[in-house]
Amino acid sequence: MLVAKNRNREFSVRYLPGFSSMAILCFVLLYAPIVALVIYSFNSGTNIALWEGFSLQWYVVAWENELVQEVTFRSLIVASIASVTATTLATMAALGTTRTRNYRGQMVIYAVINQPLMVPEIVTGVALLIFFAIIKAATGYHGLTYLVAAHTAFCIPFAYMPIRARLEGMDGILETAAQDLYATPVQTLRRITLPLLWPGILAGLMLAFVISLDDVVITELVKSAGQDTLPTYMLGQLRRGITPEVNAISSALLGVSVLLVSIFFILRTR
Amino acid sequence: MSNSAAEVRSSNRGLHEHSEVARRKKEVRNNLLLCTPALIVLILAAAGPLLIVLIYTFLKAGPYGGVIWEWSWDGWFQVFLKKDIFDDTVSIADAHISIFWRSVKLSVQSTLTALILGFPTAYFIATRSPNTRNLWLFLITIPFWTNLLIRTFAIMQVIRDQGIINTLLINFGFIETPIEMLYTEFSIMLGMAYVYLPLMVLPLYASIEKLDFRLIEAAYDLYATRIFVLWRIIIPLVKPGIIAGSILVFIPSLGAYVTPRVLGGGKNLMLGNLIELQFGQGRNWPLGAALSITLLVIVMVSLLVYVQNLQRKSD
Amino acid sequence: MSDPISQRQIAVEIDSATKIFESETSSVTALDNVSLKIRENEFFTLLGPSGCGKTTLLRLIAGFEHPTSGRIRLYQEDITFLPPYTRPVNTVFQNYALFPHMTVRQNVSFGLEMLKRPKGEIEKTVDEVLNLVRMEELGDRQTSDISGGQQQRVALARALAPKPKVLLLDESLSALDYKLRQDMQIELKRLQHETGITFVFVTHDQEEALTMSDRMAVINEGRVLQVGTPSEIYNFPTERFVAEFIGDSNFLEGQITEQNETHVRVQFSPASAVELPSGQTLLSAKKVTVAVRPEQATLTSATEQATLQGVVKSMVYFGTHTHYVVELDSGDEFTVHLQNIRGHELHYENGSRIGVMLDPAAMQILKD
Ligand SMILES: Nc1ncnc2c1ncn2[C@@H]1O[C@H](COP(=O)(O)OP(=O)(O)OP(=O)(O)O)[C@@H](O)[C@H]1O
Ligand SMILES: [Mg+2]
Repeated sequence: MLVAKNRNREFSVRYLPGFSSMAILCFVLLYAPIVALVIYSFNSGTNIALWEGFSLQWYVVAWENELVQEVTFRSLIVASIASVTATTLATMAALGTTRTRNYRGQMVIYAVINQPLMVPEIVTGVALLIFFAIIKAATGYHGLTYLVAAHTAFCIPFAYMPIRARLEGMDGILETAAQDLYATPVQTLRRITLPLLWPGILAGLMLAFVISLDDVVITELVKSAGQDTLPTYMLGQLRRGITPEVNAISSALLGVSVLLVSIFFILRTR
Repeated sequence: MSNSAAEVRSSNRGLHEHSEVARRKKEVRNNLLLCTPALIVLILAAAGPLLIVLIYTFLKAGPYGGVIWEWSWDGWFQVFLKKDIFDDTVSIADAHISIFWRSVKLSVQSTLTALILGFPTAYFIATRSPNTRNLWLFLITIPFWTNLLIRTFAIMQVIRDQGIINTLLINFGFIETPIEMLYTEFSIMLGMAYVYLPLMVLPLYASIEKLDFRLIEAAYDLYATRIFVLWRIIIPLVKPGIIAGSILVFIPSLGAYVTPRVLGGGKNLMLGNLIELQFGQGRNWPLGAALSITLLVIVMVSLLVYVQNLQRKSD
Repeated sequence: MSDPISQRQIAVEIDSATKIFESETSSVTALDNVSLKIRENEFFTLLGPSGCGKTTLLRLIAGFEHPTSGRIRLYQEDITFLPPYTRPVNTVFQNYALFPHMTVRQNVSFGLEMLKRPKGEIEKTVDEVLNLVRMEELGDRQTSDISGGQQQRVALARALAPKPKVLLLDESLSALDYKLRQDMQIELKRLQHETGITFVFVTHDQEEALTMSDRMAVINEGRVLQVGTPSEIYNFPTERFVAEFIGDSNFLEGQITEQNETHVRVQFSPASAVELPSGQTLLSAKKVTVAVRPEQATLTSATEQATLQGVVKSMVYFGTHTHYVVELDSGDEFTVHLQNIRGHELHYENGSRIGVMLDPAAMQILKD
């Protein structure tokens, strides 16, 4: 009979055979390579597949590599400027598009803000390569500004998302109440709107920073000579195969990302 | 009432009369003003340059990269055709065709792989208790927000000849020589499925979570088997999620650059690498521009399907 | 404060205000040519069904909306288009709208800070106001850590602290449970008394309006139907809507057959007529509706002496009263509430023939 097969298992409508094992397998597959990478970054040997004992030597090697220092510093500079700028602009844009009467052009604004999410990175990268080449030819300026501008642009939608979500969940009556209590629009923004929006803004900042720090494709196409960031430097190192040093750098970068993204999640659920 | 608020503010008092229409206009102007800085940056450093790419597709390639400002169809022509340097005969650019084909094939394969792995995972998460559900979702999303290059490195180490899989297999005596997985189409496919898996799981989860389990109870009540319920009830009901997840994996796979470069070892190019090549060693910017626009159009069409699917879901 | 209200200064004047909300698809007239005069230190209530425009009227006074046409004046001064933060008017919002990122004290001092009052004065006023609403103990609590009733008090304190000329309260009690609500009704009256501030109070609860107001305005569909003291509104409703919305009423259709300086004769049927004292309204129409409160009529078994005749259709005992429904000979139903006085209980059986006696002084001719 139908029932006989599952006699030992309590019947559940939600149960599907093999699904849970498959899901667990999936989580293992997702994390195993990353965990392996982190573990082997502490390997004392040069072979990244053979465990020869615990050591921090590759972190020391990476730390003392002047080139690594240089590209790390550049990555941090670009990510800091780009994420702060992008978050500021995204906050303003969120205030200008959320909790308002619908107005004409709003759809166009959404489309422009979300455009970097829709267009493949390689295409944006190529477009910026061409555009900046024209400007470089015209002005002769080859500085870091191009990279910062590109990063700022593609960070905007990531910063915009959590800020907008937070703003939409905020009750407009609080601002009305502030104005009733003699707060001018500027005072209302400073004393009520921004403090309440703050977790969203911080979440946006975290996300933007991580996205900028991790970018490979656009940076690879936009950077001028000698403007490697940490990820493009690592991509370039690949020609020599994966060294334990790259492993150590990867693990460190991974740690930073996981930390910032965790903060983002905590802020978002607050 | 000597302290009344009125007196303090009396200096502020100017009678501004404006109609509702004028007030609304001012509000819209303020909103636009707030959006302007973001829009300027995005138009200058993201959206606007796409137009220049379109223009470049119709220019002549410069000898050392760049372009010569002369009208030419060469960029578009070379997407699928090539001209023999010696006798000017036109033939199909089979190298390009095979790269296009590989891009589509590997993207479809990685989408299917992600679907097969992602569906049970999404179902598993959606059927957890509400308290633990967020933790599982967090675990799925964390890798997505971490560096794609590093995750690709991680996969690379696992499947290398001296990697974890081969070392284990050899040590346990299953094989004698390592299985060659790295630098094959398979490794690219696997890598893309791996890095884009969260994009599959999240929309699937969103639809499974909304599943009405009373329908499934009804099916079991009518003597349906587990397999029948899965195929004929659950899958049809979560189809919008399946479509959404598939498109979200397919799109970045098609434009992938890092994964095929790292895991394909320069042998197995995909569209993204072909485009980059034209701006590097290839020195054929118009062709690169035309390939970019082609990729963009394919992606936009896929997105359109995605959006329509979303709208149908909300009806 | 013993001076009659009618001699006090006018605090708020709404002068022919119309508010039309326009959108691409629709146009809603929320207020239709509303004129009102609210006097100093008055407890003035706006009463009306949901969607009639009460909140809109408050928002016009507070400055969150501006009228499509018409004027708003505060002590004769035109404030129609002044922004809210320049008006000496404060609001107690329906769901309190307390700032969640500030403590009780910070909420209460917010308005004073915005007015740039000296620090010492702010401290003093906040203490005073917290005392006034009996919240002095909880000043340092976070607003999320206090009960609904306490939040209500904080909202009140916050609005009172800047000593506004007018305090607006939008259904401020409706979120509270029954007991708390009754306490707060008394509290509000006390506060109004002690502060001397003009209160404009919005409610859709007729009982609340009747018990609390000095004067009230009944609003329906954006129009002010009647303004007066609670007893004027209850006893002399001028329109059918008012008579129906506040308390219960019987309506009788009749013809005016005679009208002079002293009386109006209304004929209900060839056999029944009443003579009402005239001077309520001069009537041009022949057909009129007369309203009678159920407790203002009595029953008699001597049917020939009564104005109206019929049959007892149902009888429900309520303790203090017994409610009778009489089916009149005209076919209409008529409700009578008879007070139960010990030793004098009257009792009429279902189906028995009965007369309804009307007191001309307690009948009200309505304008249509
Ligand atoms: N901002 C607005 N835009 C469009 N229509 C509005 C707006 N505000 C109010 N209305 C409309 O104006 C009318 C009056 O609304 P209002 O909020 O003043 O009613 P109310 O008497 O306070 O009702 P309630 O007792 O339900 O609070 C309603 O029909 C409402 O839909
Ligand atoms: Mg209201």
